[in-house]
Amino acid sequence: MTARDLAGWAAALATLAALALAPVYLDAYGLGLMIGIAGYVTLATAWALFSGPTRYVSLATVAFFGIGAYTVAVLSETLPYPLVLLVAALIGLVVALVVGLSTLRLAGVYFVIFTFGLAELIRQLVTWYEVNVTGTLGRYIFLDLGSEDIYWQLLALGATTILLAWWIGRSRIGLALRVIGDDEVVAAHCGIDIARVKLALFAASAVIITLVGAIQAPRWTYVEPAIVFNPTISFLTLIMALLGGANRLWGPLLGAVPLFLLFEWLSANFPNHYSIILGLLFIAIVFVLPKGIVAFAEKQWKGKSAEAAP
Amino acid sequence: MTALLELSGLTKRFGGLTAVDGVSFKIAEGEVVGLLGPNGSGKTTVLNMVSGLLPASQGKISLRGEPLTGLPANRIALKGVARTFQLVRILPSLSVVENVVAALAFGRRRLWGEAARQEAMKRLEQVGLAGRADETAEQLTYIDQKRMELARALAAEPELLLLDEWLAGLNPTELRIGIDLVGSLAERGVTVLLVEHVMDAVRALCGRCVVMNAGRTIADGATSDVLADREVVRAYLGADHA
Repeated sequence: MTARDLAGWAAALATLAALALAPVYLDAYGLGLMIGIAGYVTLATAWALFSGPTRYVSLATVAFFGIGAYTVAVLSETLPYPLVLLVAALIGLVVALVVGLSTLRLAGVYFVIFTFGLAELIRQLVTWYEVNVTGTLGRYIFLDLGSEDIYWQLLALGATTILLAWWIGRSRIGLALRVIGDDEVVAAHCGIDIARVKLALFAASAVIITLVGAIQAPRWTYVEPAIVFNPTISFLTLIMALLGGANRLWGPLLGAVPLFLLFEWLSANFPNHYSIILGLLFIAIVFVLPKGIVAFAEKQWKGKSAEAAP
Repeated sequence: MTALLELSGLTKRFGGLTAVDGVSFKIAEGEVVGLLGPNGSGKTTVLNMVSGLLPASQGKISLRGEPLTGLPANRIALKGVARTFQLVRILPSLSVVENVVAALAFGRRRLWGEAARQEAMKRLEQVGLAGRADETAEQLTYIDQKRMELARALAAEPELLLLDEWLAGLNPTELRIGIDLVGSLAERGVTVLLVEHVMDAVRALCGRCVVMNAGRTIADGATSDVLADREVVRAYLGADHA
């Protein structure tokens, strides 16, 4: 390990420690914001884990997020909390494997439409089940978890996700993903089992997203399908990852933090025009920064250093 | 003489068009065989079926007696078949050395890290690209991209190497180097099936040729005999020259 690597690790650990102490010096509103940021950073990083290198744009984020939240709502009274999280992760994994096996052969826009449909399908199924079988729509979650407990769990999950993304970037599977992203024919002729690599990444990403939903669920106290399967969550995750850059380790984080704060400010100050402004922002980001902030900054930086040293 | 590769009754139909129609031939271990024929005669389609890029409509392909038909390209690669493409296929966003490492990391040898890099550098040296290892593949000239593609195919240490017009578009000096390179592979015992239009290269490299026309094999034999065959000349040049 070089001195530069060591310094990087030290800085990352110090930042993590400072973030972990946030509940000590923040008020309830500040902590609420931090929970939101930690949640969306994790969602966007997990989304980019699969969609960045493969360029499969997934709108299924909220399907897994909602599965996580609903699992907690259903099981929180009957199972101890850690087991509930484990069950949620397992359900997310099984759904991801089934969906992945049946859809990863779909390319481009078909995959986008399928994932969007999947989220709606699961929402309608849960609604149907609650109305016709349990007889009530909506459930209460009474868990003895404070805001800081939720925040620490999300922070740990977010740090793990970024660590996983970093590790994948340096590992054999990371190279496989880049080869697949460049040319699938070459990838296959190099001996890469394309379907398996994509499935593994899709499943890892989905399990993390499921856990974000499960961990955040107790904050609502009351959940119903319209809340936890709200498609806006999928769109926000997508646009955050794209703004930062889905192909860079820190891209999703750099997109999620400012956008979350901006959305928070917009929804507080322009509650009636929130959706319109959101739509305009989406368009602006795709037009102005199609490859994300990080790639844009790299390009500017390279351009400057090339000019400086002719 | 044991057959390394055996095709029997290999057929490919695209809708109503039969691109390859019942092609059968064998290649012995260590042989360098030319697959010739006018444009559109189905040569590349044969290579595509052998490497697993296209499924065969009918017929069989086997490597050392093991069937390849129906296997996906990645499984065929792991059985020891490597290829280059008619229109060179690079991994543009990867560096030159990473392009070669790709074949090492997932191929039969599963090399990774420093070992993979060193092995890849050896292959780049072999094709004369050692000094450009850390450039982006996109920045290479067309000829250098072809070299890199060959280095990638060689890194897999294939038992059977498929070259699809790998020598096309080279200038005379480069052609000489290219012919020597393929010749040196043959000396080391690599079996090669090459689709080629450069006749000097075919004469220099191939002991035997298979000629196709309109999806069928019309000749199969020693290179000099095949090139003198009346039907082969007619297929290439028309009836007046035969």
